[in-house]
Amino acid sequence: MSETHPRETSDRRVTVHLGTTPLTGEAGQTIAGVLLANGVTTWRTTRKARRPRGVFCGIGVCFDCLVTVNGVPDVRACQRTARDGDIVEGHGVPPYGDRHA
Amino acid sequence: MREVVVVGGGPAGIGAALAALRAGARVTVVDTAEHLGGQFLRRPRTPAPQFGPSDHSGGPAPRRRPSGRDRLRRAVRAIEGHPAHTILDRTSVWALEPRDSAPTVHALRGDSDGGSPDHREAHTLRPDALILAPGAHDLTLPFPGWDLPGVFTAGAAQALAKSDGLAAGRRVLVAGSGPFLLPVAASLSDVGADVVGVVEAGSAGRLAAGWLRSPVGLLRDAAAGRVEELAGYLAGHVRDAIPYHVGAGVIAAHGAGRVEEATVASLRADWSPVPGTERRVAVDAVCVGHGFVPRLELPIAAGCGIGPHRAVTVDAAQHTTVPGVFAAGEATGIGGADLAVTEGVIAGWTAAGGRADDPLLRRALRTRERHRAFAARMRRAHAIGPGWPAWLTPDTLVCRCEEVPVADIDAACAVTGAGGPRSLRSLKLTTRAGLGPCQGRVCGTALTELVRRRVPHAVSSEPVDRRPIAAPIRLGELAALDTVGQTSGEDGDVPGEASAVPPARTPEGEE
Repeated sequence: MSETHPRETSDRRVTVHLGTTPLTGEAGQTIAGVLLANGVTTWRTTRKARRPRGVFCGIGVCFDCLVTVNGVPDVRACQRTARDGDIVEGHGVPPYGDRHA
Repeated sequence: MREVVVVGGGPAGIGAALAALRAGARVTVVDTAEHLGGQFLRRPRTPAPQFGPSDHSGGPAPRRRPSGRDRLRRAVRAIEGHPAHTILDRTSVWALEPRDSAPTVHALRGDSDGGSPDHREAHTLRPDALILAPGAHDLTLPFPGWDLPGVFTAGAAQALAKSDGLAAGRRVLVAGSGPFLLPVAASLSDVGADVVGVVEAGSAGRLAAGWLRSPVGLLRDAAAGRVEELAGYLAGHVRDAIPYHVGAGVIAAHGAGRVEEATVASLRADWSPVPGTERRVAVDAVCVGHGFVPRLELPIAAGCGIGPHRAVTVDAAQHTTVPGVFAAGEATGIGGADLAVTEGVIAGWTAAGGRADDPLLRRALRTRERHRAFAARMRRAHAIGPGWPAWLTPDTLVCRCEEVPVADIDAACAVTGAGGPRSLRSLKLTTRAGLGPCQGRVCGTALTELVRRRVPHAVSSEPVDRRPIAAPIRLGELAALDTVGQTSGEDGDVPGEASAVPPARTPEGEE
């Protein structure tokens, strides 16, 4: 039997919180998608040289886009579907919620 | 009734599942996404906002006949309507455990990378035959500034456009090599980006030789709809006024904290930049793909033989070197969606015990030869030029995860005598290149090539990426599994509770 889940319809909005900043996206978008749609292009810095990181591969291969979601670290933002109320945290040096749009 | 498990729901997996069902097997398809289709058949999250027929890729086609995507969508519906199918969506296979017949498949279903509140549910499958159709990921060669936010792989731009409805940037350059750059540019344009150019590294002569080599080949390709598709892209480009440059490349990205400019230069036939041709272009995103790399985590975990070109070794029936394990699609060599579907059909039919003289199989075998010939021409036309390292600078990162620059690789390769690099593995352990969370998936090709030039004996064709865990799993999830026997590797290599990342930071996680 098919166990596929029908995708949520796009007329619903979801709000995730990057730190304390609410960011709104469309239901069905990934967390990376919601962040990028709001002009946030980087949310993590590297350990050594504090280089900024965001989305690179977009398909779950590169691990550049790691975030903490609801307290659980090391979630690939490009693979995780955003849920209303998700608390998303970047890693490394703030301000990773900086808008660069 | 034979039980067949197909891992991967892209074109190869779809072909495999449908053929296995038609041959009378019970089939379970496992895929990480919510829908079958893979990267090729991404479902738009919302209906396409503007432009084009039903798919974004084809451009205008007045007398449109079913495209490859249409046929694949029909195949998905046929699978979903078949009584003997099961789809495990949003499911990651994290281990394959050897046994007498096909390996036992250990998988977790639920939110990607797991974690509370919803723990993933464990599935253990013991099929009669296993078909691996893991696909490929982008190959993006390093260049100065390639780790700035705003530099994306071509595949990322495609995924963001098609699944998230987002343009990677407002003013975008698409660069690299291969036919895939065209649909990426079209998708970006669809979602409102200003695509300032597509920059193809291959020279005009080489592209023409590859695409149009022989009239016979051309006629066959026309019959298969491929030339029509190319013509559609080109017509779309003319209409959208997207300049298409050949024999050129993006050799650097610049900006403070994110991409603000890119340097484009003419490239020689070997892809080395022609001095004096550099020009800077103001962009906020660069989408780069120099080709594709087969995803080998699961084939390697299953113990499949890997050929010299880092593709899974298969026989005429797509059977790997491991009994009961088949492979199809990009993992057996980069060849595009049409070839992947056909290989999937052959694998699925055979894995399900279908008759060898069935017309379905014989037709697929003939089609595979034609698609393989086309794929070989594409590979030649878009082959990576050996001169690409000329655009590197000493501080260009090769490994993005562990932040290892070219200078560190050079220094490690320059050490001679007992302390010198004996193997790629020892060089990785010295420099930490390829040992970060991505486990060398992103830098592996470039790293191997750079080392091969400096220390040829250090690089063998033996895979150095044999790992006990094929996909991220949390220790808590592992501890909660009571159905699991022994995993395929050593003990003690699982990542900690705090990490969903593969066993990256311990050298023992290698091998």
